[in-house]
Amino acid sequence: MRRLILIAIPYLWLLALFLIPFLIVVKISLSDTALARPPYFPQLDLATGWQGFVDFLRELDFENFTFLTTDDLYWKAYLSSLKIALISTALTLLVGFPIAYAMARAPEEWRPTLMMLVILPFWTSFLIRVYSWMGILSQGGLLNSFLLWLGLISEPLTILNTDTAVYIGIVYTYLPFMILPVYAALEKLDGSLLEAAEDLGCSRTSAFWLITVPLSKQGVIAGCFLVFIPAMGEFVIPSLLGGSQTLMIGKVLYEEFFSNRDWPVASAVAVVLLLILIIPIVLFQRNEQKQRESEG
Amino acid sequence: MTKSLIALTAAMTLATGAIAEEVHVYNWSDYIDEELLTKFEEETGIDLVYDVFDSNELLETKMLAGGSGYDVVVPTGTFLQRQIMAGSFQPLDKSKLPNLENMWDVIQKRTDTYDPNGDYSINYMWGTTGIGANVGKVKEILGDDAPLNSLALIFDPAIAEKLSSCGIHLLDAPTEVIPAALTYAGWEGGPDDHSPEALAKAEEVVAAVRPYIQKFHSSEYINALANGDICVALGWSGDVLQARDRAAEADNGVEITYEVPSEGALMWFDQMAIPVDAPNPEAAHTFLNFIMDAQNMAAASNYVYYANGNKASQDHLIEDVIGDTAIYPDAATLDNLYTVTPFDVKDQRNLTRSWTKIKSGT
Repeated sequence: MRRLILIAIPYLWLLALFLIPFLIVVKISLSDTALARPPYFPQLDLATGWQGFVDFLRELDFENFTFLTTDDLYWKAYLSSLKIALISTALTLLVGFPIAYAMARAPEEWRPTLMMLVILPFWTSFLIRVYSWMGILSQGGLLNSFLLWLGLISEPLTILNTDTAVYIGIVYTYLPFMILPVYAALEKLDGSLLEAAEDLGCSRTSAFWLITVPLSKQGVIAGCFLVFIPAMGEFVIPSLLGGSQTLMIGKVLYEEFFSNRDWPVASAVAVVLLLILIIPIVLFQRNEQKQRESEG
Repeated sequence: MTKSLIALTAAMTLATGAIAEEVHVYNWSDYIDEELLTKFEEETGIDLVYDVFDSNELLETKMLAGGSGYDVVVPTGTFLQRQIMAGSFQPLDKSKLPNLENMWDVIQKRTDTYDPNGDYSINYMWGTTGIGANVGKVKEILGDDAPLNSLALIFDPAIAEKLSSCGIHLLDAPTEVIPAALTYAGWEGGPDDHSPEALAKAEEVVAAVRPYIQKFHSSEYINALANGDICVALGWSGDVLQARDRAAEADNGVEITYEVPSEGALMWFDQMAIPVDAPNPEAAHTFLNFIMDAQNMAAASNYVYYANGNKASQDHLIEDVIGDTAIYPDAATLDNLYTVTPFDVKDQRNLTRSWTKIKSGT
């Protein structure tokens, strides 16, 4: 019985905080926009009973999803988000892995402090941190003044309001999500394996590639998911740091919802985004599991 | 003992029923003299919870979702009209608004387009969308006869190219920029034409100068103008005047003007209304009546430098406000102002799509 309750808790959590909200979004994506409060039709009225429910279902259709295929804006935005999310995940890994590696190799008594330093930025609001990047990257900002002072550049660089600024913002914001899981994996790594490798004549570099990297794989995968998924739907960073040419699905979704007041199409965009994210991840996990089974 | 305590508490609550009474107001940011808020609480004994927003879209989403918890909100005319149609507001009880007699028929006539007879709303402030310019820099580039009061300053590619080095900003609001582009092009359907052909024309006009526009943003231009970072902005009257005053205060040698374009300009109205599910409509009426008091309305305009729709308040306005034709345009300019109507769902989609295309090239 206790075991059942323990198993039930995460499922109830998923049901209440993921599945039900998702079904509501799916329901809205199948309705039509209307000038009403709330602005879509049909509304589900439980008072009308079973017949009302059947009539309600009849009103639903996939029109909004077919609409998404008629305008190239949507797939361009999905592709552009995919590109930005992939590149920023790679960059975050490139910056995050060495940091996590250094942390795991640091003397044991330093580690809590180093961990603290990684988490420290979370004590300030995310919005304030992104705003301060505006101050750093702008034409007369800290970075340009510094580079001018060094004499490295003669004209201030335009970084703010470009894709470069978006990458910087995403890498900065999501870095801890990469460092922490990679660090957790590296810290558990058994040092004697590396010693054994060296004893057997393996060079340090090849020991790193043959032992450290494969054993931290799970941490790297977890970190990449934690960065990639939110980066894909990111709205705040591109709208504050990006230019008007930065096309991302989060911005398109905002415009559907706020400018067009078209909740059904906005919901359809969100459902497609979720599918784009979930299907490859599920396939990937299944593949991983198969591999593990065949190995075991 | 306990019983008498309960009785005492009950008596106190009854006697000072106002203690628990609250009114929640949702207005644009930087849009009132905050002393008025204290004055309202002192005069009426109602607790005023004052909250601010900065975009009509945000307010509209709250109104359409319902249950916002606000008693008074301030949408712009076109948005108000659509929200009335969606059933977001309750009709005003005019018997509770004796100060309605202070209102100005000239403005009332224009806001009737959005809310016939003012059944659902009262005018708070109004203004125009025009050209803010850094006089010194523009004249340095274009010469002393630079057309400071013409939309050519923004939409003529030859002029915009010259000005691009010192910066042009446009509002990030298609409902403001598209009518201006159509006005500049002399479009025969007028600035309020929602047809795809009109949109295509406007797209063409803006696309021609797109490379010279530094940014589309609806509030950054205030600081950018004041600091001398940009030369020209298509912006809202009161905001540009704020930039002018900030530059003057900073004494940084930047001189900003606001001009109503000679080709014609958009006139907009911010209206106070009561949501249909307002928790305290009684107090909301008290607030509206308080705002329509001649002295109170004048205090608000004297503070934010926007014109209001209150005739009686004009006796109390300072000369800087009532005497400035950028705020209270003269009769000839007033004739040259146009109003626009809301977009329906299909046209709105086309409009947003055009706007994305203009901004991102996709």
